[in-house]
Amino acid sequence: MKVSELVKELNLVVFSGEEGLNREIRGGYVSDLLSDVMGNATEGEIWITLQTHRNVVAIASLKELACVLLVSSLKPEQGTIDHSNSEGIPVLGTTCSTFEIAGLLYQKIKG
Amino acid sequence: MKRYRADLHLHTVLSACAELEMSPAAIVTTARQRGLDMIAITDHNSTLQTKVVKELGEEVGLTVICGVEVTTREEVHCLAYFGEEERLDQFQAFIDQHLPILPLLPGSYQYQAVVDKSDGIVRLIDNFLNVGLQKSIDEIEAEVHRLGGLFVPAHVERPLFGLYSQLGLLPDGLQCDGMGIMWRSTAADIRNRFRIPAGLPLMRASDAHSLEEIGLGYTELEMESCTFDEFRQALQGIGGRSVCCD
Repeated sequence: MKVSELVKELNLVVFSGEEGLNREIRGGYVSDLLSDVMGNATEGEIWITLQTHRNVVAIASLKELACVLLVSSLKPEQGTIDHSNSEGIPVLGTTCSTFEIAGLLYQKIKG
Repeated sequence: MKRYRADLHLHTVLSACAELEMSPAAIVTTARQRGLDMIAITDHNSTLQTKVVKELGEEVGLTVICGVEVTTREEVHCLAYFGEEERLDQFQAFIDQHLPILPLLPGSYQYQAVVDKSDGIVRLIDNFLNVGLQKSIDEIEAEVHRLGGLFVPAHVERPLFGLYSQLGLLPDGLQCDGMGIMWRSTAADIRNRFRIPAGLPLMRASDAHSLEEIGLGYTELEMESCTFDEFRQALQGIGGRSVCCD
């Protein structure tokens, strides 16, 4: 599934990194510890987190993740938006909590 | 130039996680017994205990740096040190403005006490201090520096609440005056593991929560005298001053 399709289906906000909306999502990873994501996330995954720091994009880029999804109406910091635009990695948002959105995503991707 | 022994990460009874025995008087006495020349008081998100310890230290020739272990929005623990009382108070106001108010859990037997020189309780803080400020690490670093303070991420190698656990990498542009490491760690290992920039000094500290732990970890400061300003210059490596915990 493409990032753009998921945005439409789950009514997600696109904060930045529109250039990457054609990326393919191959799975998901949930974590708020960036070191954990660095160690354990896999290429092509959508990363669900509440961290809004610009390092989120640095690590998403390093791990070649499909996109980042911020939960609970959180918004990215300006540095995060800038980095996301220059890397072409979408930063998305939802009003849902991590639990809710992970459940919905699981059904879409694995279900 | 002289070599001074410094343990610059200590908690008092104001930190809920510290032992009740960590009173200003007991900390100063113990620090002297362990041969420390300089200590820093760094409670979680509060500076309210620092001045009493500083006054007690002055009475016995122990240099006490007023500081705080501040929690960023990303839950990175960072040490901030201030040389002037006015600046310290301004940073306390910044904390008060941005710290979410959460109650201490009833029946949790946690105490956050501000005590006087003779161990008398002056005030009990009833909102839980170990929470993240609603400010990013970058915003907090900028505020510390705006107030002329020193900014040092604490125990950077800890698997929780350390800079690298929370943020994975040292953020581009973050201005650190040094980096704290745990007492069990060796500087060479940490530098290697996290590829810490060569010019950034490491500081080992005890992060003591009990009297027994005071001085377990320390850093040697090569300076002209044992003051905050000399410490700042040592971090910057000015005039042959240095910071060493190899």
